Parts: sequence; C-alpha cells; structure tokens
Amino acid sequence: MEQLIQQVASGLANGAIYACVALALVMIFVSTSHINFAQGEMAMFSTYISWQMIQWGVGYWPAFFLAVGVSFVGGVLIERIVLRPLHTAPVLSIVVVFIGLLAICNSVAGTAWSYLIKEYPTPFPKDKFGLSGLIGAHQLGVVVVTLIVLTMLFVFFRYTPLGLAMRAAAQNPVSARLAGVRVDWMLALGWGLAAAVGAVAGMMVAHIVYLDPNMMGGILLYAFAGALLGGISSPGGAVLGGFMVGVLENLVAYLGNAIEKGFGVYIIGNGEKLTVALIIVITVLTLKPSGLFGRVVVKRV
Amino acid sequence: MAAFLEVSGLKAYYGQTQALYGVGFALEQGGITTLLGANGAGKTTTLRAICNMVRTEGTVSFNGQSIRGRPTESIVRLGVAHVPEGRGTFTTLTVEENLRIAAYTRGSMGGAEVKRDLAMVFEYFPRLKERMQQQAGTLSGGEQQMLAVSRALMLRPRLMLLDEPSFGLAPLVVQEIFRILRRINGESKVSMLLVEQNAALALDLADHAYVLETGRVVMAGPSAVVKNDENVRKSYLGY
Amino acid sequence: MTTANPADTASAVPAVSSAAPRAGTDRLWVWIVVAVAAVLPLLRAVVPDVVSDYRLFLVTTMMIAAIAVLGLNLLTGFNGQISLGHGAFYAVGAYTAAILMDKLNAPYWTLLPVVFIVCFVVGFLFGLPALRLEGHYLALATFALALAVPQMLKYKWLEDLTGGVQGIVLSKPEAPFGLPLSEDQWLYYYTLAVMVLLFWAAWNMLRGRSGRAMMAIRDHQMAADTMGINTAQYKTVTFGISAAYTGIAGALSASAIAFVAPDSFGFFLSISLLIGLVVGGVASLTGSVIGGIFTVLVQNSAQALSNFVKNDIGLPYDLSPYSVYGILLLVLMYVMPTGIAGGVVMAWRRLRR
Repeated sequence: MEQLIQQVASGLANGAIYACVALALVMIFVSTSHINFAQGEMAMFSTYISWQMIQWGVGYWPAFFLAVGVSFVGGVLIERIVLRPLHTAPVLSIVVVFIGLLAICNSVAGTAWSYLIKEYPTPFPKDKFGLSGLIGAHQLGVVVVTLIVLTMLFVFFRYTPLGLAMRAAAQNPVSARLAGVRVDWMLALGWGLAAAVGAVAGMMVAHIVYLDPNMMGGILLYAFAGALLGGISSPGGAVLGGFMVGVLENLVAYLGNAIEKGFGVYIIGNGEKLTVALIIVITVLTLKPSGLFGRVVVKRV
Repeated sequence: MAAFLEVSGLKAYYGQTQALYGVGFALEQGGITTLLGANGAGKTTTLRAICNMVRTEGTVSFNGQSIRGRPTESIVRLGVAHVPEGRGTFTTLTVEENLRIAAYTRGSMGGAEVKRDLAMVFEYFPRLKERMQQQAGTLSGGEQQMLAVSRALMLRPRLMLLDEPSFGLAPLVVQEIFRILRRINGESKVSMLLVEQNAALALDLADHAYVLETGRVVMAGPSAVVKNDENVRKSYLGY
Repeated sequence: MTTANPADTASAVPAVSSAAPRAGTDRLWVWIVVAVAAVLPLLRAVVPDVVSDYRLFLVTTMMIAAIAVLGLNLLTGFNGQISLGHGAFYAVGAYTAAILMDKLNAPYWTLLPVVFIVCFVVGFLFGLPALRLEGHYLALATFALALAVPQMLKYKWLEDLTGGVQGIVLSKPEAPFGLPLSEDQWLYYYTLAVMVLLFWAAWNMLRGRSGRAMMAIRDHQMAADTMGINTAQYKTVTFGISAAYTGIAGALSASAIAFVAPDSFGFFLSISLLIGLVVGGVASLTGSVIGGIFTVLVQNSAQALSNFVKNDIGLPYDLSPYSVYGILLLVLMYVMPTGIAGGVVMAWRRLRR
C-alpha cells in the first residue's frame, strides 16, 4: 500500500511538470489555434541558459528567475518575428516552421553545450523537508512551485486588466480589436508567458531526468497527452490532464511490475512509456477530441 | 469645414473580390445617419471599411484625421465605436467583464471613472445590472444587443457605428433599443451611423439617409425626403 | 461552442500547382534523365574513380530517399493530410523486409510486393482514425507516432522478431543470373527500376480521376464531399498507398545498408522526410526527387559543411544536419514555401512572359 502511495505521489510530481508544459501548450493553442511543437525544446533551451548561469557562479534562484525572464522575452520575440508573417499561411507551412524551431533549438543546444548528460542542481535540500518515505524533497518542491505558478497565472488572468484583455483577444480577436485591445501584442505576450511557464517546467525536471538536449521529447509527448485528455482549449482541463497523465504513467508501470512479479510475465514497463502516451493521444483524438473539459468547435461552411 | 466623418471614393475588398466601388458620404457631428440597402449591397462592408477590418482604397477621415489603413484598435482609440453584426459579445466572459474590457484602453479598470461609466450604462440599460455576473453567452438576443451597445458606450465614443441592431430581435425589443439609442444620441452627444435592413425603423430614427446598391451610393438626403422617394418606397418600404 | 472562420478552411498545403503533373515536354526530360541514369553505372568500367562503387551507392540512397519523399508527398502534398511521422512507415517497410530475409530467407525480389501490402494495410489502418483529424491535430498524432516508434521497435515481446536494440544484420544482395555487376551496381539498377515503376504509377494515378479527387479533397474537403467524392475512402486509401511507397523505400534501404536497428528510425528520420518534401516541392513529382537528393546530400556533407562553417566562415559552430534542417525549414516557409520545384516553376513562368 505504501508503495502505491509513493507511486501516486511521484506521479503527481511528474504530473506537475506535464501540467506546466500542457498549460503552455494550451495558452498558445487558445490564442492562436496553433500547436507549438517546439515547446519542449524551448523549455530545454531555457534550462540550459539557467545551467550556464549557475556555472558562471550565479545562485540557483537568481538564475532561475533570470532564465524565466529571458524565456519570456524570447517567446515574445519568436511570436513577433517568426510567427507574425505567417498569420495567413497554410497549415503545413506553420507546422513546418514549428518543426524548424524545434530543430534549431535542439541543434544549437547540442552544439553549444554538447550532447553529454549533465547534472542539474536542486534547490530543495534532501534533509530539510519532504514527507519521508512518501515523497522526496525535490518532488515535493516541484509540486509546490508548480502550484504557485499556476495560482499566479490564474490570478493574473482572472483579476487583472491585462489578463482580461488577453482572454478577450484569445476568445474573439475581432471584438477585442473593436474594444481597443492591441490583439497582436496580446498574442506576443501569450507566447512570452507560455515560454516562461515552459522554462519553469524544464528547470524543475532537469534534476530528475538529467540535463541533455533530448530530455524534453518524452515529456512533451506526455504533456500533449495530458492537454488533449483535459481538453486542449481549456487551461484548467489541461492542468488537470497533466496531473492525471502523470499519475496514470506511474500506475501503469506499477501494475506492469506487479504483473511481472506475480506472474513472471512482462507486459508493460518503463520501456513502453512513449507508446502509452501515443495510445492516449490517438485515443483521445479519435474518440473525444475536445477532451474532458474542452469545448467543441463547430465549423461553418 | 471638414465633416465629422468623411468617406470618399472608398473601395473595399474581401480577398480578391471587390465589394465597394467608390462609396462617398459625409456625416456632420451630432446626428444619426442611416445606410440602407438590400442584402449584399455593401452596408456592413462600409462599416468594416471605416474600421479597417477589410482591405480598402480611397479616403476615410474622422474629425479631420485620415484613418484609412490604420490598425482597427487605434481607430477605436480615436473615438469610433463599432457595434458589429451579430453583436460580437465575448460569450465566455461575464457581462461585467464584457463591459470592463471596453474600459481597458483607459488604463486602470477599477477607477472611479469606470464606475461612473458603468452607472451611466445601467441608467440606459437597467436590465444589464441584474445580469452582471452572468456569462454573456447565456443572455437573450435583446440583452446581448444591449450589452453590445453598452460596450460601445464604455469606450466613450464620439461616433458609434451600428450594424443591424434589429437583427433577430422581437419588434418590441427593437423599439425599446431604438428609443434608447435616440436618448444616447441626445444626452451623451454620440453621433451615430446606423446600418439597417429594416428601412422603416431606420428612417424613423435617423436624420439623414444614404441608400447603397451593389457597392455604390445611389441616393442621399434627409430621411424625410428619402422616406417619401418613390423608388425607396417600392424597394425598401413595401408600399 | 465557438465557430471557426470560414476562411480557415482554405487549403492546408502550399502546393506547387493545383493542376496534375503535365505531359508533353516534361516527358522528354524524364526519358533523358532515366536514360542517363541507366547508363551511369556502366561508366564505372571507363572512369572508375568518378563512378565508384561508393558513389553509385550514394546515388542509390538518393533514389531510395526520393521514393520515401514521394510517399509523403502523395499524402501531404497531393492529399493535404499532414504527416510528421512517416518515418514509422519507413521503419515498418525496413523491418518487414529484414525479418523476411533474416527469418524466412526469402529472396529479396519477393520482398517488395509483401512489403507493399503490409505497409499499405498499416497505413490504411492509421488512416481510419486520421479521418477525424485535420491540420494541427493530425500533425500532432503523427508527431506522437514518430516519437514512439523506436520504443515500439524495442518492445520485449517483439524482440525475437526485431532483434531488439541490436537490430538485424543482413547481407547485401548479389547480382542474379551471374551478371558481371558488383553488388552496388546491381543494387543501383534494382532501385532504379523500382523507382521508375513507382513514379510512373504515381504519375498515372495523379493524372486521372483519383488524382483530381485527392487534390480536390486537399483544397476544399467540404466541397469535395458535396460533389459526391467519397472522401473517407480516398483519404484512407491514399494513406495506405503513401505508407506503402515509403515502406518500400525502407525495405530497399534495408538491403542497401544491410542493417536495421530501432534507433535509426527516430524522429530525425521523419524530419528528414519532411525537409525533403518542403525543399523539393510540395505536390510535385520532380520535387520528390529533388527532395530525396537534397536530404542525402545534407546528411553526407555534414562533416564538410561543418568544416566550411568553422574554417571558411569562421564561426565556432558545429553545423549539424539538424541545424541545416532547422534553418532551412524556417527560411523556406517565408521565401519559397513551394520548395525548389515550385521556385523553378515560378521562375519559368516569369521568364515566359
């Protein structure tokens, strides 16, 4: 039983990471109807930036916040410079550009910092806190940080003028313009926030999976699964979906281990994690594309 | 003296298709003017063209300033409020949020100024006050129209463009709204340009009228004159 | 509910032209090129340094890449269904061929029909759920597929078949009937024959009713539906054919490289196919060939490119193929979204005026 609780707890910690990335994906999807395939690589790149600063002697938290700030600016610039001209381009062109961004982030990171795996520090000292036996210090820290970020974003969108303007611009850009909102800048800000949230996720997970240019691939896939499951047009749903997928991932592995131990038959384990995510993605897309909490889009002829 | 809103030689395009072929008219400050015409005549396009929501050529000037080709949101900030076809309500936001977003351009949103404006809006449309926290998409058609007009009012506009405010509404509701529009025009000194398919109603409300046909102005004059014109009576008023 | 803007239903793909590939002068060029290609290996006896075995092998890989890109082009370029995961079908083809050769000792010339059928079925099955997906969503589903393929190939229960992480080692085919050809020369001819056959079949299909239906679906699916085209059938069958084409390319590569392993079929492969598609030319047969040549060139010139950037330009930057792909993908979408083939077509049109 205790082991099961441990699995659920660590599933929640993983889920927190997926929730962050899923939220970043949803923020961009809701405002632009694009899927940011490069989200994972951007987060990875931000993490490398923070790592580099730490190497240069900057403290963990200053590096953390600096990286978040740089990512925010980077996201805004990417939207303004790379994506703006493509507003009316065919879907394939846009998808290709995202893949191009993905490739560039990955290859530049690989060149600048090599493909060797690096250690990434944790700011949550092992002995200080952590519900001993149930969940580790870093994992608990990840969940706490994620919840703080999510709460801040919620408050921002719900109760501030800028947040309201961004929500309006995402929901109905034409009407937003008619209300005097500079919709183009709202999109850019949305991108900046998404990049920043992604950076947080990357920096939180780097300690667990070790830092290397390919670390976000699987995580991105799980974030997609979570976002789709919760509803890719619903920020709250995406966050919930992220947590669900995190716990599910661990439960499936746990079940697989139990079966192997009990019956000596290996059905599923750690090596199938991406396949499980793929199955979730395809299942949700075919059975209920709007996810559990998303909205159905009706196409007008 | 330059007219308040002056349009001349206005051409508009949806992609490659041309919709307006050189529309021209002028509004004086303070009045209500109506644009009449059949479906597809270009009335909605004209309003959209003024706000640069479609590709345009020609001249559009507001209060002496040329606004053709300027980004929509900056035209709005100059004092032009557009109540679009279909109301354009933010359906997933609450009524309060719909109103407050229009005050966004003025910086602070909880300020006393905004509260005063909300009070003004409720004076014209008391029904909205009860529905403040309701999701805008759940309002009735008439209430959504009221909300759309209120949003425009919250912008403190000098000129209000209204696109078919009577569309899909019951006659009594339309009457109520048109009465309130006249009040707004008189009390808050907001000039109005009204596009309507319901010619009778529009001619009753407006001081001046222009008639559009396939992207061109074919008739202009005070509404009393236009109302009695034989062609207009046959084509748009039914008698 | 939110309603999508009608303008959003415009074509999802920047095609070179909406018309089917033309006959006439094009055909003459094709004959010339094929003739030259057929004669090339024989020149090895005359100029062995220029036409070496290695160079023939390189051209063979270019032809294989061209077939693979054509497969993707059929689905994405001509039918508008975006696939970021075509590497999966390449892998299925490669592994099917490898397993047949390794476990069943099947002679390699029996492989292609089997591979075609297997990959067609796999593609068709994937095309069924894909019916419900469009644009970004389909891209997402195929993206997930591409990421998951290496893992799936390493699955424990399939290890006996697939050889797990180590993969399967094969032997290169020898020329039959005792023909005086080296392995590389024979492979070259074999691949050339298959390529000519496949391209000819595609050209025929695209010229006729099926081609027009496919492109109508790409340009405006709703309209195609209302005109009585059975879009579901065309889309799934196109998926199958597209997978079969790319799968055959995979099978050919298994023979050519004489080795298959899970990690060579990762995301990078799918990106390479995508690059070949957009660089060469979307919805263009010639474009598929150009794209295939291009991807092989980039991958083989990695070292040379890197040196060029480091030594000649002086940037302390390792130019990996991945970087080249990334930069090109971005630049092309602004400058030449219809690829090289499209750029040539446009330049040609301008010259004619």
